[in-house]
Amino acid sequence: MAIEYLGLSSINGPLVILEGVQDAFFDEIVEFVVDGNTRKMGRIVELYEDKAVIQVFEGTENMSLVNTHTKLSGHPMEVAVSPEMLGRTFNGIGQPIDGLGPVNTEYRKNVNGLPLNPVKREYPRNYINTGISAIDGLTTLIRGQKLPIFSGNGLPHDQLAAQIVKQASLGGDSDEDFAIVFGAMGVKHDVAEFFQKTFDESGVADHVCMFLNLANDPVVERLITPRVALTVAEYLAFEQNMHILVILTDMTSFAEALREVSSSKGEIPSRKGYPGYLYSELATIYERAGIIEEANGSVTQLPILTMPNDDITHPIPDLTGYITEGQIVLDRSLYGQSIYPPISILPSLSRLMKDGIGEGYTREDHQDLANQLFSSYAKVGEARNLASVIGEDELSPIDKKYLEFGKEFENRYIGQGPAENRTVIETLDLGWELLRLLPKEELDRIDTKIIDKYYKE
Amino acid sequence: MNNSGTIYGINGPVIYLKGETALKMSEMVHVGDEKLVGEVISLDSQTTTIQVYEETGGLRPGETVESTGAAVSVTLAPGILNNIFDGIERPLEMIAQEGGAFISRGVSVDSLDKTRKWETHLTVKVGDRLTPGTIIAEVPETRAILHKCMVPPDVYGQVVSVVPDGEYTIDETLVVIELRDGSKKELTMTQQWPIRVPRPVHHRYSASVPLVTGQRIIDTMFPIAKGGTAAIPGGFGTGKTMTQHQIAKWSDADIIVYIGCGERGNEMTQVLEEFGELEDPKTGNPLMDRTVLIANTSNMPVAAREASIYTGLTLAEYYRDMGYDVAIMADSTSRWAEALRELSGRLEEMPAEEGFPAYLASRLSAFYERAGMMQTLNGATGSVSIIGAVSPQGGDFSEPVTQNTKRFVRCFWGLDKSLAYARHFPAINWLTSYSEYVGDLSGWFTDNVSPKFVDYRNRLMTLLNQESSLMEIVKLIGGDVLPDDQKLTLEIAKVIRLGFLQQNAFHKDDTCVSLEKQFRMMDVILYLYKVSRKLIAMGMPMSVLKSEGIFERVIAIKYDVPNDNLQLLDMYKKDIDDFYNNVIAKNA
Repeated sequence: MAIEYLGLSSINGPLVILEGVQDAFFDEIVEFVVDGNTRKMGRIVELYEDKAVIQVFEGTENMSLVNTHTKLSGHPMEVAVSPEMLGRTFNGIGQPIDGLGPVNTEYRKNVNGLPLNPVKREYPRNYINTGISAIDGLTTLIRGQKLPIFSGNGLPHDQLAAQIVKQASLGGDSDEDFAIVFGAMGVKHDVAEFFQKTFDESGVADHVCMFLNLANDPVVERLITPRVALTVAEYLAFEQNMHILVILTDMTSFAEALREVSSSKGEIPSRKGYPGYLYSELATIYERAGIIEEANGSVTQLPILTMPNDDITHPIPDLTGYITEGQIVLDRSLYGQSIYPPISILPSLSRLMKDGIGEGYTREDHQDLANQLFSSYAKVGEARNLASVIGEDELSPIDKKYLEFGKEFENRYIGQGPAENRTVIETLDLGWELLRLLPKEELDRIDTKIIDKYYKE
Repeated sequence: MNNSGTIYGINGPVIYLKGETALKMSEMVHVGDEKLVGEVISLDSQTTTIQVYEETGGLRPGETVESTGAAVSVTLAPGILNNIFDGIERPLEMIAQEGGAFISRGVSVDSLDKTRKWETHLTVKVGDRLTPGTIIAEVPETRAILHKCMVPPDVYGQVVSVVPDGEYTIDETLVVIELRDGSKKELTMTQQWPIRVPRPVHHRYSASVPLVTGQRIIDTMFPIAKGGTAAIPGGFGTGKTMTQHQIAKWSDADIIVYIGCGERGNEMTQVLEEFGELEDPKTGNPLMDRTVLIANTSNMPVAAREASIYTGLTLAEYYRDMGYDVAIMADSTSRWAEALRELSGRLEEMPAEEGFPAYLASRLSAFYERAGMMQTLNGATGSVSIIGAVSPQGGDFSEPVTQNTKRFVRCFWGLDKSLAYARHFPAINWLTSYSEYVGDLSGWFTDNVSPKFVDYRNRLMTLLNQESSLMEIVKLIGGDVLPDDQKLTLEIAKVIRLGFLQQNAFHKDDTCVSLEKQFRMMDVILYLYKVSRKLIAMGMPMSVLKSEGIFERVIAIKYDVPNDNLQLLDMYKKDIDDFYNNVIAKNA
């Protein structure tokens, strides 16, 4: 049934309309041949009897109403999956671009995936030691979690992600099958290169599968890139029993691409011009993380998104925060003070932390200690506000202590070297050391017994 | 005209049929060769519009749509509790058995297990006249809950035959009745009920009994009545889900319906795991025995998300009709509203505020009005309380879902980002939250806890409000310049905030606190305030009072006094007296 359709009835941005099609189905992949030589791919996004609205992944450049041949592929968007994909580099729709030829497998999977049945999920409980105090101590990353980094342009989110990859992969779990799936949507060449270099240097390059849709690559392709990356991740995790860390950068470009396509379809916009289904679209990506009962592997997601104008209430970070299990927020003023990693801890959060720490996982005092550090650091902010009005000299002695605690906390606890790898016990002990700058009465979040045990050491 | 149609257009979860069909509004249909479940949402002479509850990828124009003849309904019978369903009452366990770890499409499973035999006790005999709601049989559904099978609404008749007590499946005939027109009708345990229609009741009572949750800021400060409605709005990370989990675990409702509407898959797994292990404080049985979960996670089809709220509500009403107190946790109603918006956008309806359809307000009001304390058709008293989480965009409460919800709920527990950042949980802001039930419930508190309860509560609220206005000054000039009586107000307010309002969900004693302990904690705090005020009036400076460490001790009551040993609280009053004498002795 390889009917070829000649010509198109309209072209509008990344969308083309084809009439007179027979037997097409919703979400089907079509192949175009332009001018007899250029090949392109597209996906049916709307269907009315014999009229199909098709989204062209590579963009509609050079296509005209007469020079295009269209063929229905008879299947939805699929990607070939194989363990051999580790160590390889692909474009945004899963075609190899490293010159090593096609992936040698017949096994293909639908990139849209299917929702995981909650009864078959296993609740994530094992923490990943990243060696970064602000994360291990306060926003612990759990295997199977989705924990995005909310960043801004010019902040060191890439370095942070690279450090996490390096230190987490070389941690105590290195004997287990560990691999990284890297999906880049609309990032700059330098960023892709930076990651490639980091993976090479840390000796994990043959455990990395990269999907690159760079800033000058077609916009529509970006809508597929995270799905392709996650399909491969799910395959490696649930069929090959590997522990997969998925890095997706930059989710903002993904959402922008969605808006672009939505507006050329003439859809009714909701907030800031984004389509009403932005939440559902983001959810179908982020929810593809976790652990299932019948496999030993796991998918952990570390998406990176740059907040437009550093605004955390912008729809993209906002909706992301409602889906993901916490967030790590980077802060420009900390970065301005040369504190690396500039993690703003108050808005940062790991929802799964509470079940993966404490006795049997890290140490019994972890939760109380973290609560106290959060609470005390929140008071530092109040003391600073007051100092900016009445001057530091006029502060009460206790407020002065808070200022000192705040400074030490930012420099020594949050701040650490880009190659510094701290154990979780070091992080916890450092937390107590800093709390000792404050009088015991101020520690109101900690069980009395735990204070007695750790405060006086 | 026929009652099937042919697919003409497909746009995401919305499909169009061309021409006139005999399909009815809200009718359930089977779409395409895979028989996906869908619902008719609009009809005109040219087009029938259907929303599909499953992924539509792979559908082709020309495939058929078959009518089922019935509105989208749920099956009501034993087996609902201790179970987890998707948005249209398909058991996820069964789906997993059929399709593995991922939810595939077009899975056809029964809502409830039709093969299981239930131990049944018949409660009617031949000759009895039955009216709607009459209990015909009782089935111990779980260790905690006795399931009462009822005559469906609209059915009247006289019993002509009854089976003996024994073990029956949900589809076996238990009772045969003769209707008024002389025809016979067989009654089983099962009823079908359309999800968008409220189940009938005799009449509605006004709110008079609190839903005791064991959470101090809720029970004491902003109580909710059984049959009441409450909204928990808050940005992400402020603890909506945590608060709902706490209420689901510890409240004194008989049945919990937990609707995970467009939320995280891991959260549903957590509820399943945790509730299977935790004991119900009242009965000692696993909490799942009184719980039913509706899970439509954010990556499941959006149309089923819209339906999931109604599915949960109908299950809740069914148990209410048996005379139980049911509490619904809807997490989150914003996702439901967004599903409305998404579908409305696909239908190209004229948007109102922020792209939401204009009927958002009326849908919300219809939803919350299905709550209430009711006299059921069989004369029993049951209630449905609705606690809805709201996820406002950007944490901004002025957005349409929060604002419209506020109009229809009587209890508003506003979560506050800055409290959450300081890890003060539950992060319910005591200045912006309110409960209209305080007055309605004061009689109950007077009779069942103490006549002073409401008075104490009001005094704490006054102190907190005074603190907030004093803090305005402190922010400008620092706390040191305040006179000592105002410093005392700040100190006591701190005791209230840290020792009373803040509650640790992970501490074995603090996670759930009885009303008696709540009252006695207030009593100690106010006693401390009274004694301290006396000292301040004598001219003792605040610094002297603070050096005694009594304030920290009162803050730690929540941890130091176990729930089963409340006598210890008497000691604190004595300690406060000692504190008074010490200060006088040292500084006289």
